[in-house]
Amino acid sequence: MSAPAGITRVSLLKDLRLEWRSKDAINSMLFFSLLVVVVFSFSFDPSAEESRQIAGGLIWVAFLFAAVVALNQTWAREIRNQVLDAYRVSPAPANSLFMAKTLGNFIFVSVLEALMTPLFIVFYRLRALGPAWQLLLAAVLGTWALVVNGTFFAAMSLRTRSREIMLPLLLFPISIPALLAMVQSTTAILNGEGARFWIVLLVTYDLVFTTVCLILFETVLNAE
Amino acid sequence: MKRVFPILGVLTAILLSYALYQALVVAPTERTMGDVQRIFYYHVPSAWTAFILFFINFGASVFYLIKRRPAADIVALVTAEVGVVFCTVVLVTGPIWARPVWGIWWTWDMRLTSTLVLWLIYVSYLFLRRFSSSGETPLLAASLAVLGALCVPFVYFSIWFFRTQHPQPVMGGGGSIDPRMLHVLLINWLAFSCFAFLVCWSRYRLEKLQRDVDHAHALESLLAPRGSVR
Repeated sequence: MSAPAGITRVSLLKDLRLEWRSKDAINSMLFFSLLVVVVFSFSFDPSAEESRQIAGGLIWVAFLFAAVVALNQTWAREIRNQVLDAYRVSPAPANSLFMAKTLGNFIFVSVLEALMTPLFIVFYRLRALGPAWQLLLAAVLGTWALVVNGTFFAAMSLRTRSREIMLPLLLFPISIPALLAMVQSTTAILNGEGARFWIVLLVTYDLVFTTVCLILFETVLNAE
Repeated sequence: MKRVFPILGVLTAILLSYALYQALVVAPTERTMGDVQRIFYYHVPSAWTAFILFFINFGASVFYLIKRRPAADIVALVTAEVGVVFCTVVLVTGPIWARPVWGIWWTWDMRLTSTLVLWLIYVSYLFLRRFSSSGETPLLAASLAVLGALCVPFVYFSIWFFRTQHPQPVMGGGGSIDPRMLHVLLINWLAFSCFAFLVCWSRYRLEKLQRDVDHAHALESLLAPRGSVR
């Protein structure tokens, strides 16, 4: 395995192991996700006719909030123990760290989504009229779009005042095309319409922004 | 520079007055909308000016990422600030125009939505500038500007498709324009561009002075002998 990929793998496994042992973030995140779904159920009455129209939007707003809470603690561990400084002086490429963090966040948010989705299906009595495998594809692409930008902006917000609010301030505007695509593709698939355009848009968005974030991350890591 | 700026200022003021006169008096009255339509001569040039400024911001940010010249960073900051102001003008004059003509303040049509998202992206840029306490804020801001600018085509494309699926009333109309109106529009655009240039230049000088003062203070405290730092 090449050196950068090896570093990515090691960093990722370290993060997953730490999270598995402490389970502090995952527990609070799970409960937060459940609360979000319940609050949405009170705010947007899940009667069957309207639910399929708005369910796509609701699900993704809930995922977005859960993702922001998860992303905010991305770099917290590294700052506490001066790991970032050690990383900067090491010869390891910054991209490996970025990929490790992004993949870790992706796994984390995907677990949350996998747990929230059945709740949504149950509370809103959803059934997909279109091909359900496309829902999975849209979910994977959409989550990656959120996570790759979110990890990048989380690193950017490290030395700002009001760090926790800075991440959503930076993330939401830039994620709007991806968010629109996620919501529209989910709604289309649930209603049995075609979602090809939106999925292609998500693929393009993911490719472009992953590339640019990888290119610029070294600058951000050293600048922070 | 000290002589050129006031001269350009006076010229721009004259040009702006002339453009205003053209827009309010000389331009022909629109057939269906009447005099309310004249806000068009304020609304559209502001939009074009904002787009140009944001484009310059993108160029300056890329230049800064490659060359790390402080002047490029100041240009990026200045164009973002003035661009946000012009974009705000667009978002405010749009509803003012729409209300008497179409009866609604806002609609989620393609143009308005895209402009709103553009405004949001650059306001978030300004927030990063304001809130970042890192010494390397210019680099972070330049990275954000590049990401934001790359997002713009996605914004337009996605909202275009979204609105083709769910059509809303289109504000601002399309189609051909009377050549006399086009003439007035271009005069106003020229006036707005000159004004934007002057404001940017002035802000640039202000920012540069501020940074020079900060550097001088920092240098002074570093070089001062121990015990006598003021």
